[in-house]
Amino acid sequence: MSSIGTGYDLSVTTFSPDGRVFQIEYAAKAVDNSGTVIGIKCKDGIVMGVEKLIASKMMLPGSNRRIHSVHRHSGMAVAGLAADGRQIVARAKSEATNYQSVYGEPIPVKELAERVASYVHLCTLYWWLRPFGCGIILGGYDRDGPQLYMVEPSGISYRYFGAAIGKGKQAAKTEIEKLNLSEMTCREGVIEVAKISIYKVHDEAKDKAFELEMSWVCDESKQQHQKVPDDLLEEAKVAARTALEEMDAD
Amino acid sequence: MYPYVTGTSVVALKYKDGILMAADMGGSYGSTLRYKSVERMKPIGKHSLLGASGEISDFQEILRYLDELILYDNMWDDGNSLGPKEVHNYLTRVMYNRRNKFNPLWNSLVLGGVKNGQKYLGTVSMIGVNFEDNHVATGFGNHLARPILRQEWHENLSFENGVRLLEKCMRVLLYRDRSAVNKLQIAKITEDGVTISQPYSLKTYWEFSAFENPAQGAIGSW
Repeated sequence: MSSIGTGYDLSVTTFSPDGRVFQIEYAAKAVDNSGTVIGIKCKDGIVMGVEKLIASKMMLPGSNRRIHSVHRHSGMAVAGLAADGRQIVARAKSEATNYQSVYGEPIPVKELAERVASYVHLCTLYWWLRPFGCGIILGGYDRDGPQLYMVEPSGISYRYFGAAIGKGKQAAKTEIEKLNLSEMTCREGVIEVAKISIYKVHDEAKDKAFELEMSWVCDESKQQHQKVPDDLLEEAKVAARTALEEMDAD
Repeated sequence: MYPYVTGTSVVALKYKDGILMAADMGGSYGSTLRYKSVERMKPIGKHSLLGASGEISDFQEILRYLDELILYDNMWDDGNSLGPKEVHNYLTRVMYNRRNKFNPLWNSLVLGGVKNGQKYLGTVSMIGVNFEDNHVATGFGNHLARPILRQEWHENLSFENGVRLLEKCMRVLLYRDRSAVNKLQIAKITEDGVTISQPYSLKTYWEFSAFENPAQGAIGSW
């Protein structure tokens, strides 16, 4: 799938003869090398999960948050270059507070996704700026119900009912397609996401240690974006590990 | 620079479980008692309660600043939240900096709250004067309510006694402050959260014998 774009890949302002911008494609590769990020839209809300690969045993668990709240009702999970992600999250927060102060209501998720996407796209238009090396899964709950969007380094954004980015995205997407999301509640969704991130997608051989970070925004959390409560997270991890053992036992 | 729609005194005291605060619901337009359902006390975040006297529009602007402050605090999602002491400090900075630019927010604020069992009650004025105490009041409350509180306040007041004491202060203010209206709310904040009562009125008594036949000693006067 990868082709060498010799000569046409030096700048983000250069098209190749077959109409591709290689720099943007290389930026997408940065996303593919990071830990998997999954988002699903359930009946009553959104669940997002991140497989945080732990670089060192000395890192404090719970640090290096990958999922950030953008306003009360929405959150973003970032894959790829963490520093680039921080910049996008800061911009999203600023857009959200600005919309609230001008229009007096929380930013609709569709509007937020458009603003984030156009900001990411902006950085693909100038030769003195490099594209962002991160993919974003944005989940929120507004008047039109729960919505899930994904923004890629090229600046395109689509609305999804299930999305995955990062290393294990193919395996994750296959699993998500098997789920019956329209009937699932977020409580059940949390367990499913844990199962997918832990046993379907995580490669024990290549990356040993990882931490699972999950967040949701649903009716149960009063349409506020927050970390999944500890007891439910534990329950999900236990269920995922048992499923993994059962699978290994076969 | 002068205020247009103003609220009158706010009175607050510390009691056994937290803070009790009282304010009437009047918004005066100069000498006209124009608006009679103005809520002058609002909860801030999880741990604080803000009461304001002075220009109502400036109070609404302060609430917007605090809303953004609390939002950013919530977005950290790290288990911590801003307590009353922090909010009071923030308000002091805002009020003082505006005063230094000769563009004050024309309010006297009362900030009370409880966090981790610690009770806190402070006040900030429009020029940035701030302090904390066991009982505070703004405007006319300073002159009429605080002497009563100095006499009768003590540590660990029960809820009923605290309310009784506040009502005593508010009654004096109702009799003597021309911008007071007889429709007030009492708010309490404890570790468990904020409760603001439904509006109600105080009973007043106008049959004091000293005021019967006031022109007795001086015919023609009133």
